[in-house]
Amino acid sequence: MATAFDEMRGHDGEEVRPAYAELERWLKEVPPDVLDYRRREAELIFRRIGITFAVYGEADSTERLIPFDVIPRIMSASEWRFLEKGLTQRVNALNMFIKDVYGAREVIKAGVIPEDLVFRNPAFRPEMNGQSVPHDIYIHIAGIDIIRVDAETFYVLEDNARTPSGVSYMLENREIMMRLFPELFSRHRIAPVENYPDELLASLKSVAPLTTSRDPNVVLLTPGVYNSAYYEHSFLADKLGVELVEGRDLFVKDEIVYMRTTQGPQRVDVIYRRVDDDFIDPLAYRPDSVLGVPGLMSAYAAGNVTLANAVGTGISDDKAVYSFMPDIVKFYLGEEPILKNVPTWRCRDKDSLTYVLDNLAELVVKEVHGSGGYGMLIGPTASKVAIEQFRAKLKTAPNNFIAQPTLALSTSPTCVEQGVAPRHVDLRPFVLTGRNGVRIVPGGLTRVALKEGSLVVNSSQGGGTKDTWVLDK
Amino acid sequence: MLSRTADNLYWLSRYVERAEYLARILDATQRLSALPLAYVGATNEWESAVLTAGCATGFFQQYDEANEENVTDYLAFSTANSSSIRNCFEMARGNARAVRTALTMEMWDAINGTWLELKRYGNGPTSREELSRFLRWVQESSLRFDGSAYRTMLRSDAYWFSRLGVYMERADNTARILDVKYHLLLPDNERVGGPLDYFQWAAILRSVSALTAYHWVYRESLKPWLVADLLILKEEMPRSLASCYEAIVRNLDQVANVYGRQGPAQRQARGIRNRLQNSQMEGIFQRGLHEFISEFITENNRLGAAITEQFLL
Amino acid sequence: MRIRISHATTYHYATPPKSVTQVLRLTPRNHDGQYVVNWRIELSQDCQLHQRDGAFGNVSHSFTAEGPFDELSVTVVGEVDTQDTHGIVTGTIERFPPALFLRDTDLTEADPAIIAFADDVRDKAGPETLGLMHGLMLAINDAITFDTDPTLVTTTAAEAFELKRGVCQDGTHIFLAAARHLGVPARYVSGHFYREDDAAAQDAGHAWAEAYIEKLGWVGFDPTNGISPTEAHVRVAIGLDYLGAAPVRGTRYGGSGETLTVAVNVDQVGRPSQSQSQS
Repeated sequence: MATAFDEMRGHDGEEVRPAYAELERWLKEVPPDVLDYRRREAELIFRRIGITFAVYGEADSTERLIPFDVIPRIMSASEWRFLEKGLTQRVNALNMFIKDVYGAREVIKAGVIPEDLVFRNPAFRPEMNGQSVPHDIYIHIAGIDIIRVDAETFYVLEDNARTPSGVSYMLENREIMMRLFPELFSRHRIAPVENYPDELLASLKSVAPLTTSRDPNVVLLTPGVYNSAYYEHSFLADKLGVELVEGRDLFVKDEIVYMRTTQGPQRVDVIYRRVDDDFIDPLAYRPDSVLGVPGLMSAYAAGNVTLANAVGTGISDDKAVYSFMPDIVKFYLGEEPILKNVPTWRCRDKDSLTYVLDNLAELVVKEVHGSGGYGMLIGPTASKVAIEQFRAKLKTAPNNFIAQPTLALSTSPTCVEQGVAPRHVDLRPFVLTGRNGVRIVPGGLTRVALKEGSLVVNSSQGGGTKDTWVLDK
Repeated sequence: MLSRTADNLYWLSRYVERAEYLARILDATQRLSALPLAYVGATNEWESAVLTAGCATGFFQQYDEANEENVTDYLAFSTANSSSIRNCFEMARGNARAVRTALTMEMWDAINGTWLELKRYGNGPTSREELSRFLRWVQESSLRFDGSAYRTMLRSDAYWFSRLGVYMERADNTARILDVKYHLLLPDNERVGGPLDYFQWAAILRSVSALTAYHWVYRESLKPWLVADLLILKEEMPRSLASCYEAIVRNLDQVANVYGRQGPAQRQARGIRNRLQNSQMEGIFQRGLHEFISEFITENNRLGAAITEQFLL
Repeated sequence: MRIRISHATTYHYATPPKSVTQVLRLTPRNHDGQYVVNWRIELSQDCQLHQRDGAFGNVSHSFTAEGPFDELSVTVVGEVDTQDTHGIVTGTIERFPPALFLRDTDLTEADPAIIAFADDVRDKAGPETLGLMHGLMLAINDAITFDTDPTLVTTTAAEAFELKRGVCQDGTHIFLAAARHLGVPARYVSGHFYREDDAAAQDAGHAWAEAYIEKLGWVGFDPTNGISPTEAHVRVAIGLDYLGAAPVRGTRYGGSGETLTVAVNVDQVGRPSQSQSQS
C-alpha cells in the first residue's frame, strides 16, 4: 500500500496545502506542552458539560469518552462545494430510490437492480408499499460517510439513511475548539456549524403532515436512557427545544398521535425518531417491543404524522444496494454521479466471488446488512485463521457479502503521544432534506483512527473525533 | 410538560424525602435504645421503627426478630426492601436520570453525588459510630438536594410537581409516626406517663426534627397533647400535617393558574386543608385521635392517586 | 357452500385498563371461489373503528377504546359463499411479486432440522413444484401431531418442528420455512374452516399456507388437514407469517390481570347444528 494522501502535506514531498498553511505556521509556534495541556483541558470540559451524563450509567464503570483530537481537519471552500454538490445529488437520488421501491418499482422493472435485493432485504418494509409519506420525503437526515484517497478523489464509503448518529459531536467539538483556541480561530474564517439544530428543526417542521393546521409539534423519540446514543438524543432535544419522548409518552387515538402531558393529550405532528423500524410499533413489527407506540403505523398510513426518517429507508444502507448506487443515480437523475463509490465486488456474482476468494488477503470484505464495522474482514491485517474462517462463510452464503480494495484513507495531522503525526480520517457530513430541498451544514464529523497505521475509525475500536473546518476560500 | 417528566420529578422528590425520614427514624430509635430499660420500658423500639417506616409485613417475612442489626439493615441497606434508604436513593437517581434535562446542574450534581457516595458505604456500616455518620450523611444529602431545587429551579410546573412530591411524602411520613405512636399522645397519658413517656415524646419530635421547635412554640416542657398539636395543626411547623397541606394546596394552585384549569386534585387538597384548619385538638381527641389519623392517611393516599390520575399518567 | 362465521375475542381485566389499542384483520375479501354475503364487526366499547387496506391487501381495522372497563369484546359475524377451486387462488389483490414471499421471518426461519426435512421431501417427491409442495404438506401432516398444549403464538417453526406437536399455526410455519428453503415463495393464510364432523364451535380460527406454483399461481396447502383448501375454507388474511396475518394484535395502557377467550363458530347455513340447537 502506497503512503496515504495527507490532508496537510499532500503526497510525499509536496508543499503544504493552502488550507493548512495557517495551521502549519501555528503548529510550529505553539509549544508542544501547550497542545498537550489543552488536550487534557478539552477532556475535562467534555466530561463536565457533555459526555459526563452520557455515561453516568453503568454503576462505577469508568466513563467512556470518545477521544477528541484538538487539531482540526480543514477543507477549502472549493473542496466543500464539490462535496456539497455530490452529497446533494446522492441524497436526492436516494430519496427517489426509496420512493420508487415502495411505489412503482421502476428501478426493478428497468433491471437496474435485481428484485431479490429489494424484496428479500430485511430492511425492506412491505407495510410501506404503496403508502405515501408527507411531501414524498423519506430520508430527512442522512449521514454519508466519505473517505478521500487523493487531492481530487473522494469516495462514498457508506450511506446511513436510518438514524445516523454523531452530530452532537460535530457541535460539541466546535464549541470546545472555540473555547480552547480562540487565537487559532482569529487567524481563520470558518463556516459555522452551530445553526445545525435550527436547520434541522426547520426541516422537520417543513415536512409536517398536510392535516396539521398550526405550528407543527415536533418531538424526538428515544429508546430511553439505556440506549448508547441517549446522550445525543437529550442533547439534540435540548438544542431543538422539543420534547424528548419515549414510546410510552405517546399514544394513538383515531389515527392521530398524541403525547401525554400534564395538561392532557397534545397532538404530535412530526416524530424525529431514533428508534429502529423493528421497535417502532408493536402492533406492526416486533410485538415484544416496549419502545414503540402501539398503532403508530396506522396513524402514519392515515397521513397524520411524519416520521423522520421514514420507515423502511434502511434498504439504502445495504451494502449490496450500495454497489448499485452509481447506476441508481444515473437512473433517476440522468447524471453521472459526482461522488464515486468505492470499487465493489458483489460476491453474489460468480466471477466476483472467484476473484474475491483468490484475493482475500488484500481485500476488505463486508456483510451486506452489517453496519458499524461489524462482520467485517480486513484482509491485510487479518490472521490466516480469520481469513480461512471468512472464506468458509463466503462460500456458504456469498449473497451476504461484498468486497472492496483496502483503500489508503487520507491522513490528517493528529496529536499523539509522540507529538503531532498523521493519522487516517474519514468524514460524515449530515444531510438534511426538507420541503425546500437539501441543506448541509458545512463540514460534518471527522473520525480519526488514533492507532498508527490503523484504518478503523469506529469509536468502538479506538477511533476519535476532530473538529472539521470549512474555510471561506 | 410531558406527564412522564412530571412523574419523574414528583417521585424523585418523594424518594429523597423518604430516605431522610427513614434516617431520622433510625436516629431517634438508636437514641431510645441507648437509654436504660427503666426509662423506656419493655417496648421494643426496633419493632416500632419498622412499623413507623410502614414496612412491617415485608420485614417479618425476612426476619423473626426486630433488633438493631436486622432493622438497621432492612431500613437502610437492604436491597429486598423496596423502600430502604439505599433503594430510595437508587430510585431517586433513576428518576433524575430519566429527566436529566429538566433538572438544574446543581440538582443533578446533588442526587448523582449522593448516589455515587452511597456505593462507598457498601453493605452497611460496621460500627455504631459509622452508622451515625451514615444517618447524618443521608439527612445532609436530602437537605442539599432540597436546597438546590429551591435555589436553582425555574418557578414553573416542573418545580411545582417536584415540590408536591416533597410535601405529599412528608405528610404521609408525619401521619405514619402519629399513627404508630398515637397512644403515647393521648391527653390522659400524662398521668400514667412518667420519664418513660417523656423520652418517647422527645423521640417523636426528633424524628420530625421538631424538638427545638417545640420549645420555641410552647415554651413548656413536653406535654403529649401539645406534641400532637404541633405535629398536626401548627402551620408554622414545617413537618406538620397543616403545613404540608398549606404547601400542597399552594403548589396545586400554581399549576391550576398556569394551566387555566382546576381538577379533582385541587378540590380534594383544599378539602383536606379546610378540615385541618377548622380542627382543634380538643375536638380531635373527642372524636378519637387514632380515627382522625387513619382518616387522614386514607385521604392523603386518595389525593396522591388523584394527582397521578390528573397529571402524571 | 354458504358458511356462517362468528368469531368473538373477549378480554377480561382484573384492574381496568386506561385504554386499549388494537389492529384487527378479521374481515374477508372477495375473490374467485369466495364471496362475502354480509359481514360486520361489533365492539363492546363505543369508539371509532378505522378501516384501511393493509400491506398485503388485507382489510384491517384499528381502534383505541378509552377505559376504564372490565371487559372488552370484538365480535365479527357474517356469511360467505364458497366454491371449491381445487386450492387454486385467483382474483385476489396481489400487491407484491411472488419473490417477496421468499423472505425469512423470525417465526419461519428454517433451522438445520427443517432444512434436512425439506431436502428429504425433495429427494422423494422430485423437483416438480406442485408435487413437491403436496409432498411437503403430507409430510408435515404426518410428522406433526395436533396438540394445543405445547405451543404459543410466539413459537417458531423450528421450535414446533423439534416438538413434533402443535396447532395449525405451527404446521403452517414449518411449511413456510421448508418451502422458502426449497426456493418456493410461500405465505401464511389465516381464516376459518368448516368441519363436517359437527364441531361448529371452535376455540380458534384456522391457518394454512399458500405456495406459488409457476403457471398455476397461488395454491393453498393445509398441512393440518393434509388437503388443499376446499369450499370448507374461508380466507381472511395473508402475511409472511402469523404476525402479519394475525386476526387481532393489541396492547393496553394501564390495567392488569388480562384473560382472553376466543369463541369461533363456523357452520353451514341452513344446517341444524348441535351447537346452534343447544343455544
